[in-house]
Amino acid sequence: MISVAGRVRNVGPLLSRIAAALFGGYALAALASVAVLALPMSKPQAVLTGMLASFAIYAGAVIWVFAVRSALRAWTGLLVVAAPLLLAAWSVW
Amino acid sequence: MKTVQEPRPAGQGIRQSMSDLHTWVGLLLGWVLYAMFLTGTVAYFKDELSQWMRPELAHQTELPDQAVVAQRIADELGTVAPGSPQWSMRLPDGRNNSVYAFWRTATGTPGQRGFGEANFDPATGQKVTARDTLGGDFFYRFHFQFHYMPVIWGRWIAGVAAMFMLVAIVSGVITHKKIFVDFFTFRWGKGQRSWLDAHNAVSVFGLPFHFMITYTGLVTLMALYMPWGEQAAFKTPAERQQLNAELSAFIQPGKPSGQAAPLASVEAMVRQAQERWGRDNVGRVTATHPGDAAARVAVARGEAGRVSMSPQYLEFEGTTGRLLAVHEGVGAAAETRGVLYALHLGRFSDSVTRWLYFLVSLAGTAMVGTGLVMWIVKRRQKLPDPERPHVGFHIVERLNIVTIAGLSVAMTGFLWANRLLPQDLVARANWEIHVFFIVWLLTLAHAVLRPAKKAWVEQLWAATALLALLPILNAVTTQRPLWHSLVEGDWVFAGTDLMCWVLAGLHAALAIRTARHRPKLRSTRKPSREPVTTSATLRKGEA
Repeated sequence: MISVAGRVRNVGPLLSRIAAALFGGYALAALASVAVLALPMSKPQAVLTGMLASFAIYAGAVIWVFAVRSALRAWTGLLVVAAPLLLAAWSVW
Repeated sequence: MKTVQEPRPAGQGIRQSMSDLHTWVGLLLGWVLYAMFLTGTVAYFKDELSQWMRPELAHQTELPDQAVVAQRIADELGTVAPGSPQWSMRLPDGRNNSVYAFWRTATGTPGQRGFGEANFDPATGQKVTARDTLGGDFFYRFHFQFHYMPVIWGRWIAGVAAMFMLVAIVSGVITHKKIFVDFFTFRWGKGQRSWLDAHNAVSVFGLPFHFMITYTGLVTLMALYMPWGEQAAFKTPAERQQLNAELSAFIQPGKPSGQAAPLASVEAMVRQAQERWGRDNVGRVTATHPGDAAARVAVARGEAGRVSMSPQYLEFEGTTGRLLAVHEGVGAAAETRGVLYALHLGRFSDSVTRWLYFLVSLAGTAMVGTGLVMWIVKRRQKLPDPERPHVGFHIVERLNIVTIAGLSVAMTGFLWANRLLPQDLVARANWEIHVFFIVWLLTLAHAVLRPAKKAWVEQLWAATALLALLPILNAVTTQRPLWHSLVEGDWVFAGTDLMCWVLAGLHAALAIRTARHRPKLRSTRKPSREPVTTSATLRKGEA
């Protein structure tokens, strides 16, 4: 019999990855779609560029999350990319 | 007992993790995606289907002059929707024999927006008296917003499904070691290998299309899914309007002057557009505050002749007919969006391109379908007791039947309802849709009650019969039987009838193959297990 703790240890990282993919990925894509506004282009064009690119970023993030060796690494990667995007987004919000 | 896969140990290869991702992402929303793919595929012919579903409207042998029609409908809208702050009409073209118009109703309370819509006969200007039906637009709308739920929910579900699809495509490609070698490999009658090869063939054959159609599908509703940039960038309605102008040829009503003034000749305005884009290439006429001194009219270019949905239109002063502005270009990102949008809808297509869209989109449907079936085939071999599968297996197996075979039955049932429901039934158009869902529910009940294989075969035969008999039903219930439309050269009707028989043939072939199929319960690569397989099959046969 597997104990509850053992079960969490087994399933926990997987759930963490799923959360990273679903919500982390979306957050990263949303952040990028705002960060684009810092680029030197007209606002409507920047907004549309951000929207157009967001799904590629989302998909890329999901692939990353499941491609790397551990859930921790998955989250770290997302945060490393998010940091500069957050700075850019901060400057235009 | 090892029915659920253990979480992946660290260091496992990227191909394996991508394969797992592909399997589960594909399965989780696979049924939704299958329904989206098939209804979307059919929706490439939605205008033709709409014509077929309104048999009272005569076959359009010659395209009427769009300028004359526009004036006629504008006059009619003046009486149908008096005081409307905005109306918009889609003019008849090679694929539409009626004018579809919608309008905002004049309401006393500001902020409250009501809409009216109707189809008009281009020859008379009167509302179409054909049977009440949503026509092919039902499949079109179901494709991205489903039914029986607020459209926003439906669109979000469609968006999540499309995002899963995108991930499934990318992970599927990474999983694939020898994408081109495998494309030319086909192992018939080898159980799981054959399903895998079929899945690979339809997926790889249409890969650029499947990727394009998924991504562009997300693009069509991107402002809903990713509103954050827009919210950060624009604080006022005027700024937001700047963005809308990049996306749409619908001009927005400003403030009315309150001074009554008749609309100038719409015909003359459309004439100017015809000079610019060609006689039959005017798409849409929109007016804001018609009958008011502040009226504006926009005449938009048709969809043929360019692969982009970005707005191109002439803007006129409503009371004088003076050309105010020519909108022919948008920014680079807006044009990109316009091209991606147009690629998804495929409305620019001539009939050859449209058939290609249909076929490769059908391959996409088959990609999702074979993927769903493969999940079952792969796991059946590993079942400890094939006679009593675990509950997850059971659910997936039944849902596959309902989604794949059942949807064909339900969609054809919708067309039967169009011919059989009484003309004067209240809310008739809605009842056609109710019939679609009732039939689909019946296939669910059937799939649950019958053994899986019998359910597959019976539902595929049901779809075959319904499709095969539909042209006959059409001949009996309308004045436009197949032999008549063939003689008349009415390819909308003849094509639909003939296509029913082609699809009936497809379903019959699937039914026959499924009926003949003997599932291999154990891997054939291990001959020592062969006797077990035979005895298991025998037991099944005796039962």
